[in-house]
Amino acid sequence: MPKRERTPTTYSRITQPMVRDEKGGPLRAAGWDEALDRAARGLAAARGAFGMFSCSRATNEMNYVAQKFTRVVMGTNNVDSCNRTCHAPSVAGLAAAFGSGGGTSSYEEVEHTDVVLMWGSNARFAHPIFFQHVLKGIRNGARMYAVDPRRTSTAEWAESWLGLNVGTDIPMAHAIAREIIHAGLHNEAFVERATTGFAEYAAEVEPWTLEAAERVTGVPAAAVREVAHAYARAERAQLCWTLGITEHHNGTDNVRALINLALLTGHVGRYGSGVQPLRGQNNVQGGGDMGAIPDRLPGFQDILEDGVRRKFETAWDTVIQPRQGLNLTKMFEAMESGELRAVYCVGENPAQSEADSEQAVERLRRLDCLVVQDIFMTKTAELADVVLPATAAWCESSGTTTNSERRVQLVRKAVDPPDGARDDIDIICDLATRLGHPWKYADAESVWDELRSLSPQHHGMTYERLRDNQGIQWPCPDLDRIGPGFLHGRLWADDPDERGRRAPFGIVRHDPPVDETDDRFPLRLTTGRRLDSYNTGVQSGSYASPLRRGEYVELCPEDAERYGVRAGERVRVASRRGEVEAPVWIDPALRPGLAFMAMHFPDEVDTNKLTIEANDPIAGTAEFKASAIRIERLTRPAVGS
Amino acid sequence: MTAVPLGPPRRLVEFTLDGEPARVPEGATILDACRAAGKDVPTLCEGDTLTPKNACRVCVVEVEGGRTLAPACSRRAEPGMEVHTGTERARHSRKVVLELLASATDLSTTPRAAEWLEEYGADPMRYGPEAARLGEEPKVDNDLYVRDYDKCIQCYKCVDACGDQWQNSFAISIAGRGFDARVSTEHDAPLTDSACVYCGNCIEVCPTGALSFKSEFDMREAGTWQESAQTRTTTVCAYCGVGCNVTLHVQDNEIVKVTSPHDNPVTHGNLCIKGRFGYQHVQQR
Repeated sequence: MPKRERTPTTYSRITQPMVRDEKGGPLRAAGWDEALDRAARGLAAARGAFGMFSCSRATNEMNYVAQKFTRVVMGTNNVDSCNRTCHAPSVAGLAAAFGSGGGTSSYEEVEHTDVVLMWGSNARFAHPIFFQHVLKGIRNGARMYAVDPRRTSTAEWAESWLGLNVGTDIPMAHAIAREIIHAGLHNEAFVERATTGFAEYAAEVEPWTLEAAERVTGVPAAAVREVAHAYARAERAQLCWTLGITEHHNGTDNVRALINLALLTGHVGRYGSGVQPLRGQNNVQGGGDMGAIPDRLPGFQDILEDGVRRKFETAWDTVIQPRQGLNLTKMFEAMESGELRAVYCVGENPAQSEADSEQAVERLRRLDCLVVQDIFMTKTAELADVVLPATAAWCESSGTTTNSERRVQLVRKAVDPPDGARDDIDIICDLATRLGHPWKYADAESVWDELRSLSPQHHGMTYERLRDNQGIQWPCPDLDRIGPGFLHGRLWADDPDERGRRAPFGIVRHDPPVDETDDRFPLRLTTGRRLDSYNTGVQSGSYASPLRRGEYVELCPEDAERYGVRAGERVRVASRRGEVEAPVWIDPALRPGLAFMAMHFPDEVDTNKLTIEANDPIAGTAEFKASAIRIERLTRPAVGS
Repeated sequence: MTAVPLGPPRRLVEFTLDGEPARVPEGATILDACRAAGKDVPTLCEGDTLTPKNACRVCVVEVEGGRTLAPACSRRAEPGMEVHTGTERARHSRKVVLELLASATDLSTTPRAAEWLEEYGADPMRYGPEAARLGEEPKVDNDLYVRDYDKCIQCYKCVDACGDQWQNSFAISIAGRGFDARVSTEHDAPLTDSACVYCGNCIEVCPTGALSFKSEFDMREAGTWQESAQTRTTTVCAYCGVGCNVTLHVQDNEIVKVTSPHDNPVTHGNLCIKGRFGYQHVQQR
């Protein structure tokens, strides 16, 4: 298929603060003092109705200061970040099962395991270097199974591809569990000693025979059986997932259903056996660890525990609200109702990344005060009342980030920021000072040392040790030792006290996608990442990738024929929420009834106009992975135009 | 609870290296022993993240009792063996290998090549100015990579990095036979029509600069590439959550090249297209 001509959107760095004098008026250049004064006034006027969008791409140190600003200066726990749009269900599910929100294994372990389940994850594209570890494992003899509606480039490496219908992960997991139980392959000793709720769980999965699962998931019973036996019989097994599991209206339930399989077979808490969500941004793990989420204080410590709050209140000389704040999703709802009137948005682009983006923009417009701190004039920044130009965390500032295997690594300044841009932490501290809290940190390390004094799981990680060890995985409470790379070995301890809290099975039920397909919207649209691009494309759009072809709606050859569309032809794609125009790409790896789009080129094709804001009630993540759409040829006039 | 497996214990192998006793773990190569003993043996096709094809023969040493010279990078140490790294025969062989390579290929961007040529007294010109050279223009068929076949010594490192040792993309391989053998894409198609995913992991291991980043190639062409004026800072990639360590090579406050530390537990020196090339956004200033 020939490449089409396209003019890529590139964004230039911003170096000049900007303010908007009146709603509906234009942004104009301002000095730092004026912009910060304006921001401080706007935020002060909205005390009690404030929300912070912290940044999953900035450092741990920035996230620590941002959540502290929210809690101490603004007196609220309304702080969150884009983890909400991706892996919040993983954190919620892992915390419910194990009391800790991180993946349980190290990358290296997947090289030394026997079976790998890649579930709802196209790691070959989305996490290429993690997938190199998987490939090492495959070369070492591991069998990999891919569970994904699309036959992805990850699935090309699989022993077997289980191409299930979108949103039928729980029936698949339950059928695997039932088969394991009926074949007597579950780890009875582990279930007995380390888990709770097995009887109820066994009853819950009982109706999901292989045949019942085949009817719902579309995957042949024999293939499901093979995976069940392979996973249960393996000496070691890794279960990895990505957004195919979490970006559903019941994402947390999906995560619990997968964790159940690990509990049933004892594939957790041992070297080579574990559960591993692959995180989507350089510091989405760390942002949550730093307390930039509404229900946890730094070190993932529960905000509802009196003792924990007291420790932070003493350290920060403040009173912390004894309740959970609003998450990102709830904050957007609160904008609608007027309960939230001011937002400080650092390094996020929710105007394009939220599901049902038109609604998100509408809500942002309603705010009395929107302060955006970014390195680019994003679509969100264009809506702001105050725009503050920042430095790029990963190469223009110092600090740390935490990756998917919980490894805290040093970020170092390699280039000077453009004149006019300022460091995130300095800006936040200047705002805090204007709001009555004169904060000064000498450098990122002093922020980190404050965090270390409050977070036991980070206590042993001095900058010096992080440098000497090429990063350290949490938990690291001691200054003189480094623990094993996997979590929850305690579950295997003989001593019940050492074993600690048992991991509960999640009793979850199948609940199909909210946006049902019907005669008007017969196609299931799912979304994902491409190899060379990233999120809303603000960051990845600037380099010349020979692989990049812009946005397409991808269809299987059968559907293209059915709707009479050709490769490259522009078509109208409509969902119940909106419509966009996009050219057609034919992908034989899709199945009839399944369409695929990415969200990397929202300025060309705003895919999130189509997606549904059906949110997971526990984690607040929207169902980006399942919309109902139809394809129309452009020869007919557009409705309403 | 299963402990972290350490693998079977490795015995130490004792042998003699240039008359001195040497001890290395079982499975280690003669090259490992040489480096442990501080001996500088030239290498080209050997790489710290790869299993060498022992194609270049520049690291040969003499093993007593052996009919031929042995490539130090691939020959495992055996108990009792007597190895000599600096014999007349070994040095002569290296000299000829360097002469042949330098007469047929352009080693101007091969680190240390000039130093080795001098050390071994190699004279590439003795084969005459007509010595076989490809004389091809560098292939520039995309915005990220340049392939300069005049510099290729067919060491197989790029083939192995792209293939089953790391990337598993299999975009390049050795095509042709004998004198016509060369590293090629399938059917010698442009890179843009190949299986290449532009991870740059072949460039990361190329010992001669036959494969280079277009940013470096352009600056060398323009005469502005100044390695001595560059800083190298290792930080963490700003894309997905895997946490790859990237080393930013910066000249005049511009990122000009991205590599990754070969001993890093996350990357082992490998990156993807985003980590390798997706830095432009910060310098849109």
